[in-house]
Amino acid sequence: MIVLEIVIGGLLTGGIYALLAAGFSLQYGVARVMNVSHGEFIMLGAMSTYSLYVALGVNPLVSLAIVGPVLFPIGFLLNKLLFQRIRKLAGSGDVFEGWSMLVSFGLLFIIQNIALLSWSADQRGYSFLAFPIDLAGLRIPANRLVALGVALAIGFSFFLFLMRTSLGKAVRAAAQEETGAQLIGINIRWMHCLCFGFGASLAGLAGVLISTMFTVSPFIGLPYTIIAIIVVVLGGLGNIIGSLVGGLILGLVSSIVLHIEPSLELVSLYVLFMLILLIRPRGIFGK
Amino acid sequence: MRICEGEGVTKYFGGLAAVIDVDFYVDQGEIVGLIGPNGAGKTTFFNLISGALAPTSGVILFKGDNITGLRPYQICRRRIARTFQLVKIFPDMTVFENVVLGSLFGSHNLRSSAREEAMEQIRFVRLLEKKDMLARDLTVANQKRVEVARALATKPELLLLDELVAGLNPAEVDEIIALTKAIRDRGITVVMIEHVMKVIMNISDRIIVLHHGEKIAEGTPSQIASSKKVIEVYLGT
Amino acid sequence: MPTFGDQKKNLSQLALAILIVALLAFVPVCCSDYYVSLFISIFKYTVLTVSWATFCGPTGYMSLASAAFLGSGMYVTALLGDALPLPVIVLIGGAASLLLALVAGLASLRIKGIFFAMFTLGLSEGVKGFINWWEISKTGRQGRLVISASGTTVFYTMLIILVLALLTSYLIRRSKFGLALRSIGQEQQAAEHIGINVNAVKLITFAATSFWIGATGSIIVTQWSYVDTQVAFSVFYSFMPTVMALFGGLGNMLGWILGSVVFTILSELLLTPFPYYYMLIFGIVIVSVFLFFPSGLVGLVTRWRKA
Repeated sequence: MIVLEIVIGGLLTGGIYALLAAGFSLQYGVARVMNVSHGEFIMLGAMSTYSLYVALGVNPLVSLAIVGPVLFPIGFLLNKLLFQRIRKLAGSGDVFEGWSMLVSFGLLFIIQNIALLSWSADQRGYSFLAFPIDLAGLRIPANRLVALGVALAIGFSFFLFLMRTSLGKAVRAAAQEETGAQLIGINIRWMHCLCFGFGASLAGLAGVLISTMFTVSPFIGLPYTIIAIIVVVLGGLGNIIGSLVGGLILGLVSSIVLHIEPSLELVSLYVLFMLILLIRPRGIFGK
Repeated sequence: MRICEGEGVTKYFGGLAAVIDVDFYVDQGEIVGLIGPNGAGKTTFFNLISGALAPTSGVILFKGDNITGLRPYQICRRRIARTFQLVKIFPDMTVFENVVLGSLFGSHNLRSSAREEAMEQIRFVRLLEKKDMLARDLTVANQKRVEVARALATKPELLLLDELVAGLNPAEVDEIIALTKAIRDRGITVVMIEHVMKVIMNISDRIIVLHHGEKIAEGTPSQIASSKKVIEVYLGT
Repeated sequence: MPTFGDQKKNLSQLALAILIVALLAFVPVCCSDYYVSLFISIFKYTVLTVSWATFCGPTGYMSLASAAFLGSGMYVTALLGDALPLPVIVLIGGAASLLLALVAGLASLRIKGIFFAMFTLGLSEGVKGFINWWEISKTGRQGRLVISASGTTVFYTMLIILVLALLTSYLIRRSKFGLALRSIGQEQQAAEHIGINVNAVKLITFAATSFWIGATGSIIVTQWSYVDTQVAFSVFYSFMPTVMALFGGLGNMLGWILGSVVFTILSELLLTPFPYYYMLIFGIVIVSVFLFFPSGLVGLVTRWRKA
């Protein structure tokens, strides 16, 4: 019984984590930007969904279709106008990785402050499908099941996209071996912008789902960014599918810890993170 | 006198055997050549002696002391120095700074004597006019000299040279031959990895041949030149 | 290697430094509380930046552990403030930070590049989370009251810490240690082979510089009466030293000091008129720094001088 509870809880959390991490993985794996402001896009998705629901009565599931397409061009342009320029100025790859991380920290400030001005610092929540559903003897809130369903659907479509479509394969190629990808005719700069845009969209979608289950505020970004980093390292830096798997695994770990000592949940994830970095930094699927 | 010797030296990387059960010795004052086709394990062998890698099994002795598995800085302080196949000079420092680091940390404690030592080694490799140039602005040939000077500044008794001659033109090759002989004349024992046969045959007192990680032949240059095994390995059957 | 001409330059630089410190010592006497507080902020960020850059500048590592060190110092004071005299507390704060740096440093000796950055970020957030958990399970509350010290006390303590931190950094950079650090940053394997105990050099530098960050945390927390983990271990303290050092110019100590001084004054100027926008402006400044003058203020001055 407890095992089932843990597993379902793990899948729930893991599905969200996988979505968070997939976007981050695209941004680091392809565009080589360690985007510390990734969580802020999650936050934007969450806060916008809240406002759309409370002010206009828009169903969060519909918000998915709004948030995703809106964040995509923002991400695309951010890469094109900002990070591409930093890449030129930085010279070497290592310097670029460091600088782009710091620039994204500046972005974190900008986005968070805009959010604070728009929404104020209070925690916001709304009720959406909050009634419990009986599933195999467990009572699970309906919104969590819906969120899991949507996350799995998005994750699975993303997985199919990466494996079956030619664009998806090009993305994987660019993540694994950039020079090789260029040699077979992939326009790498356009690919960077594309993946950055996708990453922002995926983050926003994760934010929409998160807002249906938890209270949100302009400050929720950074902890999610760190979770994304942990998942990506666990799955293997640069391996986009690895981040999907890593997300599910981390969700499971999180669920187990939650049952033993709930307030240590985040700390245990950080400890796991540092252990991975020490013992096997290339992660499960990394090169 | 044997200055350096090893028994059963072996190195595995996971399932891949890079060096297999090699017994070797080097006499003081010799120039020993280490040859073998690409991938034979020569640089790995150097890495095992210099401490960059620890052997999977086997023992390496230097002047009678067991140096197996010691860290590179400890091995340097015991008077073994090396150069690298892909030059590893400090690019954003001057020639002088590169070499004086060697004398400061490898051999001397006082700044003044370290400085003198560095100048002497820079003079020895004939880079005096370039001593204040940034190392990254030098030609590859000169960068290799810097690496040699830096290694010499640590006052080694055994010097491992890894493909010093690669990519040099014939005039530069002759200079390197002269330099290596001059190093030996100072009493330093030399082991050198080379692909250029002219160099190896010319100055080695003895040659060790590696192939697929194993020692397949050992002897004087003329013995090696006439060894059927070695010819097979290099020319194929 | 110093020449006679260099020695003269060194003496005049030393004289100038002593003069500046002497002048600064008069600030609490002649200026309002506002300026005392401003200078304390400047001192604090300068210690953070210089300590960060002494290790990370020459080696090229990006440490985001500064928040962990600063916060540890703060919590030492929060926990032991009533029990021991203040100078002892500050020393213990520094020692706690040093211990943390040694442990983290030992663990991460083989980690490089972006992984090291992530490791240190994880360290900062992890220590924050751990102390948060510990606080909640011990006291049930997230925050804690702290002993107070007067502005003057904080000012002079920070001034002493600043001078000592700068001295530490200067001695490290000018010694053969400093040369070794640069060589480790450029070609670590070669450095190891010429007799440099790379692990020892990295550990000692990382730990020694972290001491001052911890001590700083210990004293500045007495300006506030209340502390919690969000404030003490704010991610801001992890990133800002890097940004300030780059802003000023990574190559030399003057750049680091300039970067932190200018940035702190800038944030002070932005804080009062725009309390709700200052993070936004800050973020724009950070992004602009990288877009428009990546070689920092010092680079800007050099180019301006040449023109």
